[in-house]
Amino acid sequence: MRTEPAGSRPTHGAGHVGAPYLQVEGVWKAFGSFTALKDVTFDIPPGDLICLLGPSGCGKTTLMRIIMGLETQTRGRLIRGGRDISVLPPAERDFGIVFQSYALFPNLTVFGNVAYGLHSRRMSRAQVRSRVEELLTLIGLSDSGGKYPAQLSGGQQQRVALARALAPSPSLLLLDEPLSALDARLRVRLRHEVRSLQRRLRVTTMLVTHDQEEALTMADRIVVMNRGEIEQIGTPMEVYRAPRTPFVADFVGEMNFLDGVLVAPGRVRVAGADLQCGPTNGLPVQTAVRICFRPEDVDVRSPSAEATNAMPVEITALDFLGSFYRATLRPTAGGAAEVRADVPIHLQRELDLAPGKTLTASLPADRIRIFANRD
Amino acid sequence: MATLVASAPAARKLAPDEWVARGGVVAFAVWLLITIALPLWALLSKSFQNRDGAFVGLANYLTYFSNSALFSSFENSLVVSIIATMVTLPGAFLYAYALTRSNMKAKGLFSALALIPILAPSLLPALALIYLFGNQGLLRSLLLGHSIYGPLGIIIAEAFYTFPHALLILVTALRTADARLFESAAALGASPRRIFLTVTLPGVRYGILSAALVTFTLVMTDFGAPKVIGGRFNVLATDVYKQVIGQQNFQIGAVVGMMLLLPAVLSFAAEQFTRRRQTAQLTAQAVPLVPKPNPLSDWLFTGFCILIIIPIAGILATAAWASFIKFWPYNLTLGLGNYAFAKFETAGWLPYWNSLRLAAWTAVVGTALIFTGAYLQEKTRGLPIVRAIVQLFAMLPLAVPGLVLGLSYIFFFNHPRNPLVFLYGTMAILVINTVAHFYTVGHLTAVTALKQLDSEFEAVSASLRAPFYRTFWKVTVPVCLPAILDIAIYMFVNAMTTVSAVIFLWVPQTRVSSIAVVYLDDAGHQGSAAAMSMMIVYTSAAVKVLHLLLVRALANTQAWRKR
Repeated sequence: MRTEPAGSRPTHGAGHVGAPYLQVEGVWKAFGSFTALKDVTFDIPPGDLICLLGPSGCGKTTLMRIIMGLETQTRGRLIRGGRDISVLPPAERDFGIVFQSYALFPNLTVFGNVAYGLHSRRMSRAQVRSRVEELLTLIGLSDSGGKYPAQLSGGQQQRVALARALAPSPSLLLLDEPLSALDARLRVRLRHEVRSLQRRLRVTTMLVTHDQEEALTMADRIVVMNRGEIEQIGTPMEVYRAPRTPFVADFVGEMNFLDGVLVAPGRVRVAGADLQCGPTNGLPVQTAVRICFRPEDVDVRSPSAEATNAMPVEITALDFLGSFYRATLRPTAGGAAEVRADVPIHLQRELDLAPGKTLTASLPADRIRIFANRD
Repeated sequence: MATLVASAPAARKLAPDEWVARGGVVAFAVWLLITIALPLWALLSKSFQNRDGAFVGLANYLTYFSNSALFSSFENSLVVSIIATMVTLPGAFLYAYALTRSNMKAKGLFSALALIPILAPSLLPALALIYLFGNQGLLRSLLLGHSIYGPLGIIIAEAFYTFPHALLILVTALRTADARLFESAAALGASPRRIFLTVTLPGVRYGILSAALVTFTLVMTDFGAPKVIGGRFNVLATDVYKQVIGQQNFQIGAVVGMMLLLPAVLSFAAEQFTRRRQTAQLTAQAVPLVPKPNPLSDWLFTGFCILIIIPIAGILATAAWASFIKFWPYNLTLGLGNYAFAKFETAGWLPYWNSLRLAAWTAVVGTALIFTGAYLQEKTRGLPIVRAIVQLFAMLPLAVPGLVLGLSYIFFFNHPRNPLVFLYGTMAILVINTVAHFYTVGHLTAVTALKQLDSEFEAVSASLRAPFYRTFWKVTVPVCLPAILDIAIYMFVNAMTTVSAVIFLWVPQTRVSSIAVVYLDDAGHQGSAAAMSMMIVYTSAAVKVLHLLLVRALANTQAWRKR
């Protein structure tokens, strides 16, 4: 019988340290003629927190339900610790689940909820009690065991759901949009709480979310999905800095897009300006391309200042966003194209920025991503 | 294994409790097949057979339609049902309007009084009307020479009987109003009359249609009132009884049964259609309408409600009074003589005890069955085709009049080759029949309650390795207890008051009180018939009060129900 915290996950069959704990291999799912998942493959290393990120309808929830065992994949395999679990019922997969709604049992106390999954584990009453108390202490609700879910705040309910899922020491924790029912401020706080709890227990975790900020702050690795396919797998920094597809570039964070033409390797012509850009991925010269860069990477200067890789622009709008301004810029030689740029408050003051003013916008070459324009 | 899974669609292994759930769904489908679908099939096929069981096509129908005496009852039924609906509906609408959209006082009292007829069999208003307007009636002169025996009596009795049913539907329709629509209309300068015509009425038109269809079907298929007060005015419901019990003509009986089934099925289909449209109208952001005080209209509505309550209470009071009168109309002193049932028929109090047994068994067995079935249907997965069949069978009883179901049961369970023939003549078949007859409303109540539960409870329990039946017992049943009590009380009261569902199925040992009322009335013991009717009312009312106390106790003792 385990007495230490849930961190001591069973390691049977997991092989040497570093081997993926859960492998999703070529999973397809069709509902009638609609294909919800196309050949989805990724791994979850032990102890990691993996985030499935994508807009609603991208298939992330379907994938989650397949991993849980609530849906059955049309094709593909799931392997947990070297064992094929593709066709096992949910109860035999040894996963803890926290749903968006928490699904706490309203007629059971916090204690009853957390103890619910311990019933089938041949534990004595005293062992159940000590395990539940241990978990309640862990989530900071040791005094609330006798309360009913309706008497708790949203954040407390969320933590009870987490404790209930962790109580039987599952080998994998699945979190389905666990924070989206909470208000913004609480959500930010709980991100850190959930993440530090997960780190402390070293429980392998998969989190499904449509909130890119949540994914960026919590995940070890992010799996970005769109239309049933994986667009990119990477660390938060990789996904943010080096999006592999225009979709990822657009979905994660703010992004400017400009259409142009590749005029030479590493040089593009967009909005009437010739710019140096990052690696062009072997695209042939004269290809129609789409370049993208983030608003915070746009360096705004006065028209007279020295600037490399720059284009003249006019401010069409200036929105005050608290700690900075977001300027909407129109390249003077660029027709209808628009560029958003983040301008620090002091710079706005120094340059006395206002709509109608002209400026130079400088774009660091290594921050410009380039994609073939398929439209 | 690996290559097989990768190439062919995988079928997930089932956990032991998933096998239990699938077994349950199949058992449930079989149960509904035996208690609802197969009996109806027996009725349908009987109507195409001759006495020897050979297929004769439409011969029975031709006989029926060429017999003007038989066909005229169809017209009679239609006319009476239409008029009764036209009488009941406007009153019920205004009453419901007063209860939901006015600020009159004592709404709770008015609502409770108007619902009392639900506790009584349809025989009761007919008996009371005979005391008031019959050959020796107190108020006979008010009829100006018209006879209460016939369409007039049936229509008044049915208005009493169907009023609460129409009222409940209309109250529900009127209660779900979006205040924002009324505020916008008023802000745009619409007059109250224009608001009523352009906002109120369109918002409840499906409710009105639904109430009309329910009333129509109830009247069309009611047996009690026409039996007692119909005189020589024949309707379908009394015809089918005469054909089957009187003349042992099962073939024509089956045809009449089909004639009864037809309008019921049609209005059921129309009702389902409108219900689907109604739900689309309400949005989640709707703001509930809070009626504003308006002294004049509030008093007018109070006056109207009193006007409606007088005949309802009057009919009930007359029945109660009649049950205590020693010998109508010659000795009006009061006493309990009419309740000494053994003086009037050999069975004595047995029918009453049988009714209690029937109601109790129906409530317990029916509720357990309906709730478990609805749970399996709603919350477990797999076997989509079986589930679709269950869904269909569970809705079917709403369209099947009790008389038709009872008749179908004779054909099915009394068939010599049916292995279940041993059920015939037992209390069990009465319970089975009554459960089947009132199945749909209970099922819908259970489904509504279950849909309000978090849809992930089952997934969570599976992930916690708790079988679904543990969660069902530990969570679902306790949380749904109010709905379960609602179903139980509904089954109990209907089993107490029903005549039509059991009229074909009783034997002397299982005769229930509503049947006893019919026989006491037939034998000329109106006082005792009234007494037996009142026993039904007292019992239903007592159980209803008990129910309210229980619900209150639940709300007060279970801390987690408080928000």
